[in-house]
Amino acid sequence: MANTILVIAEQREGKLNRVSWETVTAAQAIAAEAGWTIEAAVFGYGIAGVAAEVAGKKLAKVHAIESPKLASYTPDGTVAALKQFIEAQQPKLVLMPHTYQVRDFAPQLASALKRTLISDAVGFHKDGDKLLFTRQMFQGKFAADVSFACDPPHFVTFQAGAFRGDKAEAGASAAPVETVTAQIADNAIRTQPEEPFKEAKQAVDLTQAEIIVSVGRGIKEQKNIEIAKALADALGGELAASRPICDSGWLPMDRQIGSSGQTVAPKLYLAIGISGAIQHIVGMKGAKSIIAINKDAEAPIFEIADFGVVGNLFDIVPALTEEVKKAKAQ
Amino acid sequence: MKILVCMKQVPQKDAPLKLNESGTWIREDVSYEVNEPDAYALEEALRQKEKHGGEVVVITAGPARAQTVLREALAKGADSAIHLEDNGFVGMDAANIARAFVTVIKEDKFDLIFTGLQSDDYGYAQTGVIMAELLGWPHATIIMEIQKTDGGIKVKRELESGFFQHVAMPVPAVLTIQSGINKLRYATLLGIKQAKNKPLRKVALDEVKSVLGENMQKIEKLYVPQKSKKTEMLEGSAAEVAKKLVEKLRNEVRVL
Ligand SMILES: Cc1cc2nc3c(=O)[nH]c(=O)nc-3n(C[C@H](O)[C@H](O)[C@H](O)COP(=O)(O)OP(=O)(O)OC[C@H]3O[C@@H](n4cnc5c(N)ncnc54)[C@H](O)[C@@H]3O)c2cc1C
Ligand SMILES: Nc1ncnc2c1ncn2[C@@H]1O[C@H](COP(=O)(O)O)[C@@H](O)[C@H]1O
Repeated sequence: MANTILVIAEQREGKLNRVSWETVTAAQAIAAEAGWTIEAAVFGYGIAGVAAEVAGKKLAKVHAIESPKLASYTPDGTVAALKQFIEAQQPKLVLMPHTYQVRDFAPQLASALKRTLISDAVGFHKDGDKLLFTRQMFQGKFAADVSFACDPPHFVTFQAGAFRGDKAEAGASAAPVETVTAQIADNAIRTQPEEPFKEAKQAVDLTQAEIIVSVGRGIKEQKNIEIAKALADALGGELAASRPICDSGWLPMDRQIGSSGQTVAPKLYLAIGISGAIQHIVGMKGAKSIIAINKDAEAPIFEIADFGVVGNLFDIVPALTEEVKKAKAQ
Repeated sequence: MKILVCMKQVPQKDAPLKLNESGTWIREDVSYEVNEPDAYALEEALRQKEKHGGEVVVITAGPARAQTVLREALAKGADSAIHLEDNGFVGMDAANIARAFVTVIKEDKFDLIFTGLQSDDYGYAQTGVIMAELLGWPHATIIMEIQKTDGGIKVKRELESGFFQHVAMPVPAVLTIQSGINKLRYATLLGIKQAKNKPLRKVALDEVKSVLGENMQKIEKLYVPQKSKKTEMLEGSAAEVAKKLVEKLRNEVRVL
């Protein structure tokens, strides 16, 4: 499998995680520059359907790695299966989406193979013969170009949204699917997972809100939440927050926006004192309009905002509330 | 239970960061704080100890300045600390940091090792998982709850979009802790005083060098990311900006 890129797609209960298409797009972009071939692998139990779905894309081959021991996800089972497979196939590059599941097993897999994983990359480029991967560091304040300084296989995960899944090219005909039976020793799996569940029903459903005023750590103290609440009330909108605000118990968990909270797409999302970490952005980038108020002109939130104000929220927000009230009274 | 907590010192969230001359790293003259999930990991370890007895040891790898993190942890109730002290630990990849930690603590018979789920500066999200692999222990990531059971522990993992999952596992094990798992405590004055007499062991880079290798991934260049989207910036005094925003809300966003 010389000069092959292997995409590891993700599935749960026979359903493909759509973020896998983004990884296929990334692989196709790299292959176009490097001239390599692309194969994909899916692992689990009873996954012929997912494998066939993946095979619809322009790929040289799809491997369905099956075992009853892979029926529910465990890092040990996954690493045992993928380690054998990768040792046998020897791909140059192994690409995965940076999902919670991949975060759970990929460092173990790379380490078990005595290799390294460039995690959470947002792009790549070629510098001569060298493939460089770009990743964010210091919470998005800087980007770093990172190269591999070891033999292949090289492992990379891509951040959600770094490539467009809808750009994954379909094949002229379906790629061949090959089923591989993984050999997993009886005592290999040390953890016992239970079924995923959701916490008791949420009290507020922010997905339906037209206007959301969202506060971040810039608000400094719990009592200052009132300032944002006043603006939300004036606008007739809902109050939401970044994760640290909910972690501190200043607002209930069900008002958290982001990868581990709610995903919203209001007409207006007003981000106050929020830096714009990727885990927050994935929850609100679908908003029609985004306004950001932040004292730091370099804050990543300004990357995705339509309108931005650099300044002290404690001056701007109360002034805005007054102005909105005036406008509404007219 | 005997618990090890890995705690990293990272630049303060609000600190303006500058690149060094060669564009390979940041300039060191910034304020530092403890990596946020690591503070939650320490809190969780202290709570487990309060419930079940045992011992909490904290460990960090970094220059002399990183000792602050250990002192704070001791003041909050950790029993002892280990400092892998050297500038050389800055810029190491996750595999090397994990190897260094594992080498130092291998003989110490921990039941659990906690790390944060990721560091705010490098954001590898790997160190804890690699430690587990090197030790041959099971692991679980993004943990929001830990219960002791007869045969080991049961943890609650955070999954994406509001899902969770319970996982039962034996100990010893490595867990990577998510922010918000508990509510943080403050150090008391008494705690701060007692911390001064608690053991803090220093380990030099030379003592672990034999197990470290070259970084397998290399940062070629660090830079300020290019802006791709054109945000319309509104300027002026607070009152002026407020007027401009209302105008946008009315005519462009159309919510007024
Ligand atoms: C696996 C995982 C899941 C996560 N899930 C989520 C999630 O679902 N949702 C989420 O939000 N985060 C999530 N996070 C956390 C995320 O990475 C960030 O840490 C978090 O979003 C930062 O919140 P913040 O922007 O409020 O705080 P900070 O990053 O601390 O930003 C505060 C901002 O306020 C500004 N500010 C300070 N003072 C003022 C002032 N006076 N006026 C104006 N501006 C000011 C600062 O310039 C700064 O930009 C997750 C992280 C991980 C690793
Ligand atoms: N130099 C270090 N000192 C102490 N702990 C560290 C260090 N590097 C990583 N860790 C731990 O590993 C976790 C994950 O870091 P990372 O793999 O860099 O994202 C952190 O939250 C810390 O708990």
